[in-house]
This record gives sequence, C-alpha cells and structure tokens, in this order.
Amino acid sequence: MTATTLTSPDAAAAPPPRDVPLKTRLKRAERRKKLLHLALIAPLAVFLLVVFLWPIGALLKRSVDNPEVSGGLPATSTALEHWNGQGLPEASTLAVFVKELEAARGTTGLASAAKRLNTEMTGYRSLIMKTARAMPLPEGSDLQAGLTAIDLRWGEALTWQVMARAGKPYTSYYLLAALDHKLDADGAIIAATEDQAIYLDVLGRTFWMSLVVTLCCLALGFPLAYLLTSLPTRSSNLLMILVLLPFWTSILVRVASWIVLLQSGGLVNQALQALGIIDEPLQLVFNRIGVYIAMTHILLPFMILPLYSVMKGISPIYLRAAQSLGCPPFQSFWKVYFPQTLPGVFAGSLLVFILSMGYYITPALLGGPQEQMASYFIAFYTNETINWGMAAALSTVLLGATLLLYVVYSRYAGQSRTPIKTR
Amino acid sequence: MLQAYASPTERIWFYAHRVIAGLILLFLILPILVIVPLSFNADSFLMYPMAGASLRWYEEIIQSDVWQHALMNSLIISPAATLLAVVLGTLASIGLVRTEFPGKALLTAVLISPMVVPVVIVGVAIYLFFAPLGLAGSYTGLILAHAVLGVPFVITTVTATLQGFDYNLVRAAASLGANPVLTFFRVTLPLVAPGIISGGLFAFATSFDEVVVTLFLASPAQNTLPRQMFAGIRENISPAIAAVATILIVLSTLMLLTLEGLRQRSERLRTGKSR
Repeated sequence: MTATTLTSPDAAAAPPPRDVPLKTRLKRAERRKKLLHLALIAPLAVFLLVVFLWPIGALLKRSVDNPEVSGGLPATSTALEHWNGQGLPEASTLAVFVKELEAARGTTGLASAAKRLNTEMTGYRSLIMKTARAMPLPEGSDLQAGLTAIDLRWGEALTWQVMARAGKPYTSYYLLAALDHKLDADGAIIAATEDQAIYLDVLGRTFWMSLVVTLCCLALGFPLAYLLTSLPTRSSNLLMILVLLPFWTSILVRVASWIVLLQSGGLVNQALQALGIIDEPLQLVFNRIGVYIAMTHILLPFMILPLYSVMKGISPIYLRAAQSLGCPPFQSFWKVYFPQTLPGVFAGSLLVFILSMGYYITPALLGGPQEQMASYFIAFYTNETINWGMAAALSTVLLGATLLLYVVYSRYAGQSRTPIKTR
Repeated sequence: MLQAYASPTERIWFYAHRVIAGLILLFLILPILVIVPLSFNADSFLMYPMAGASLRWYEEIIQSDVWQHALMNSLIISPAATLLAVVLGTLASIGLVRTEFPGKALLTAVLISPMVVPVVIVGVAIYLFFAPLGLAGSYTGLILAHAVLGVPFVITTVTATLQGFDYNLVRAAASLGANPVLTFFRVTLPLVAPGIISGGLFAFATSFDEVVVTLFLASPAQNTLPRQMFAGIRENISPAIAAVATILIVLSTLMLLTLEGLRQRSERLRTGKSR
C-alpha cells in the first residue's frame, strides 16, 4: 500500500505519505491489540455481571420494593395515589376498594397485603379480614357509611393514609427499620419503640466484635511478623509454614478443634486446673470468649501476611542509624521502625475488620444468641421467616459499610503493594 | 539479631519477644495438633486422655453413605468451579496486565470484590436470583456460585505473576526465530504456570471449604463435605468429625507444600534466567 502511494503520479498532491500511514497503522495495530486484551477481560466481566453483580443489585432493590399491597389490592393502590391525603377518599376510590376487597376475599394476595399493612399499623390485618368478611355492601348504599358501620376506623383519615403509603411500589420501610427507625403517620422519620429496636444493637455488636477481633489479631500478629522478619530466611520460611498451615486448613476443622479445646473438660480447662489457676472449669465456648478466640485464630494470618510483607521491605539500617546516634532502643523502635510499618498495620487491620464483619459460620457454631452478627439475621430472614425485604435491607446496610471500608483498604493496599492472601 | 554489645534490658526484651512469638505460634498450630490424635480415639468422646487407639472412626466414615455422597459431591463441584474460575480469571488477568484504559482500577476492584462482600449476602443474592431460573438446588448453580468466589484469588495471584514477567524474554525468543506458539509453550507458560496453579489451588481450597453459599443453594442431593461437617458439628460432634478433619488437614498440608514448591521453583527460574 505504501509502495503504490509512493509510485503513484499524484503522490505530491497527497498528504505527506511516509509518516501518516505509519502513524495510522501503528495506531490501528495498537487499537487492535487493546481490543484483543479487552476481549480477554470480557468473558469474566460478563460472568460476574450475570452471576454476581446482577443478583446483588436485585437483592438490594428488594430492600425498597413494596409489592404486597400494590400486588394484593392493585386498583385501590392506584386510586389512592391520586388522593391528596386530606380528609377521607372520594366515593369513586371507595367503590374501587369495596369491589376489589370483595373479589380478593380469601386470596393469598389479600392475606399478604393485610400482613404488610399490619406492620405499618397494629390491628390492620384483622381490620382488613373483618371488612372482607362483611362484603358485599348492600347495592346502592352509601359506601363510607357502610364501611364505618363495619369498623369505625374506616372513618379515620389515618387508616387511609397508611394504606396509601403502603400501596406505593417503593418504600423506605425496611431500610428505616434496619436502622431502628420508621415513618409516623405524618411521614416524619422517628425512632422505633424500644421493643422493636433490635437492629442497631445487632449492627453495633457486629462492629464491636469485629473491632475486638481486629485488635486481638494486631496484638498477636505484630510481634510474630516482627520476629519472622528478623530471623534468617531459612528459619523464617520454616516458621511461616506454621502460619500458613492453619490458613490453608478448613475453617470447619478449626472450629471443631476449638470446641474440643475449649469445652468444659477440654485441654485448656484441664491445663488451667492442673496449674491451680482455677478450681471449676470455665465456660469458654458457646459464648463470646469462644467466638473471639476462634475468629482471632482464623483471621490472624490475614494480619500477619500484609504486616510481614511490609516489614520485610523496611531496611534495618534506619534502626541502627537511630541507635548509633544515641537513641535508646525502645524509642528508636517506636519513633523510627514502627511508623514505617503503619501501611501494613492499616492494610492488615482493615482486611481483618472487613472479613470479620461478614462472619457467619464461627458465631453460629461457637456462639450463643448474644453473639450472632448481622449475617445471621440476614440468613434468618431469608430462610426462616421469609421476610426478604428485611433481609435485603440488612444486606444493604452491611454491604454499604463493607464497601466503604473496602475503598479505603484499596488505597492502603495499593500503597503497601500487598496482594491479599499471597506472599 | 542480638548484638554483642546489647544491654541487659535489650537481652531481656529479645528473649521475651521470642517466648511471646513462640506462644503465638503455638496458638496458631495447637488446634491442628489437638484434633488429629482424637480421630484415632477408641471410645466415642472427643476428649483427652484417650481411651486407646483404633481406626474405627475412619472405618465408619469410609462405610458411611452420607460421607461418601458428600465427598463425591465436593469432588464434582470444586474441580469444576476451579476450572471455570481459572480459565476466566487467567484470561482476564492477561488482559488487565497488558493494557491500560480508563476505569481499570475500578474494574479490577469489582473483579476482586467477591472476596470482600459478606458471603451470606452472596449466598442470599444468588439464591434469590437462581431460584426462579431453576438453578437453586442444582450442580450447575453451585458450580457457578463457587466459581464466583474463586475468581478473586486467581486474579490476584495471576496478575502478580504476570507483573513480574519480563516481556523481553518473549521478544528474545522471537528474535531467535521461535514462532509465537513455541514461545508460549517453551518460555511464557513455564514462567507463568506456577502463578496459575497457585491461583487454582486457592480457588479449589475456597470451594472445597465453602459452607455458607452451599447452605442457601444446595438441596440435600448436593450435600458437600463442608456442609456435612457443619451439620455434624452442630448436631453431634463425634470422633468421626475428627477423622474427616484429619483427612482435610492432610489435604491442606499437601496443597501448602505444593504451593511452597511452586514458589521456590519460580523464584529459581526467574533469578536463574533473567540474570
């Protein structure tokens, strides 16, 4: 192509033939290469989009979905959308409601709509059921009077306002409930009553337990990582196997071992009794102590590995320089060495904290009811009470907190160049 | 190392540090040491002192249909999930390392995110998504879900290996007359393979130890080894659990040693060839 351009008679008229085609060809080749590489990423990106991101998005959407009333009483919900919320709804809306209620009598759609309304206002379920049983109203009668005759509450604006709100296709009900709040009759956000407020407690417990586990891991991981860095390669590699072996061992195996070790006749209690420290066996398992011990054990390698790789990169010359300049050993460690380990400390702590927030198996097997974390309640609402709205709302809160920390972690991990889980 | 001129306080600190680190190592390794002997216990308590040695618990799990079925399921699901994760993850890693584009950091973070998203959320989300498609309670569904969980490990290890890969070696091979296929099999693959294999081992270990997603997705027909263990620990923790645990410990030791060997081999190859 270049050759023909050069020998063609009108070559002088064409733009400078030598470098432009080369440039474009280079660009083209590079673009082709780039497309090829993007095509290599595409299968995985599509796979994760379909099997991971889409399902999670759908789950998060369920936390604002509100299908029960708009599905059980669709015409009434639509009619109530046009109502201004003042006084009582118009007669046409009442007619739609009465007709729909009569048709829906005994269906599961109506039952779940009534159940949903009951979560907004106690007693609404029986009100709906009672009214449905009293259907149909006499032909041509005043509907408002007829409904009020069945139950006085149909004469109150609040009853209709609650139905109008619950009939909207989206709701903030579950998300607010996951944070122990709700909307009052006027639509203002208020704190939930004490007997309903359990989720902030669960979330607080999840944070607190993760924090304790992280601090335990740091307290145990730091000295060990420091020792591994200061030893000659041969012995540090050998000791590193002792760190990596539990890391590779099944979590269930380790949980089973801790039950064996910590039970009332277990080795730990036997040893403490033999040493005369205690007289009676301590309750170490199926409570918070057991969960802390096992979680620290499981997550400790996630602290040690980033710490180790950061400490390995710190030159010992700085410490020696500080000491040769007259700095006392402890101070030189604290002021010269320790600040250099901070990227590892942050990366390891964030990683352990993020992972422990999502823990489910260890508290479920080693803890009592007071040790169950947010994940347990998500599983509970999915499997046992089939309250997917609540499961989705708790997932949204937990995922939000996790992703926030993950973003921070990515910054630090980038700085310390610590590949997660690899040496 | 302790210097010859260290002060007495430094000496005390030095030895105290070693003792403390030794205790921490004991804490790490103790649970693994404790459960192995109990699997040979003659009576049916998971407690020391042991009544005597016997192989009855191994016999019991080998003869048990439930455990055999669980093992078979794990041996179907984990390798299939690993293969899927390794193929998709390796291709994507090559693409990620060899090209720059806006949003690459974000895309990488998304590809690694299955590792940090709480696994219960992954389980619930995939279950609610798969159930209407008829994939809940199927081998396909479990394999797909386990592959998702394994992908981040393949990405992190393979990209790390590829970043250390000296592309000049490929150019050198080409300049010496090797065609791209020969170059790939004789130069690229031997250097990159350890990374792919360790990524695969990570993905396999993740799937082979996975309980939570399995609890949501699997029907009794897909009862896997970890799920059977979960049920066993919850209901009746017996030396049979210790026997299964011992087998799993042997397996994880083998995986760890393979990984260590691979790491040393690739270090040798790299330092030997590029210098």
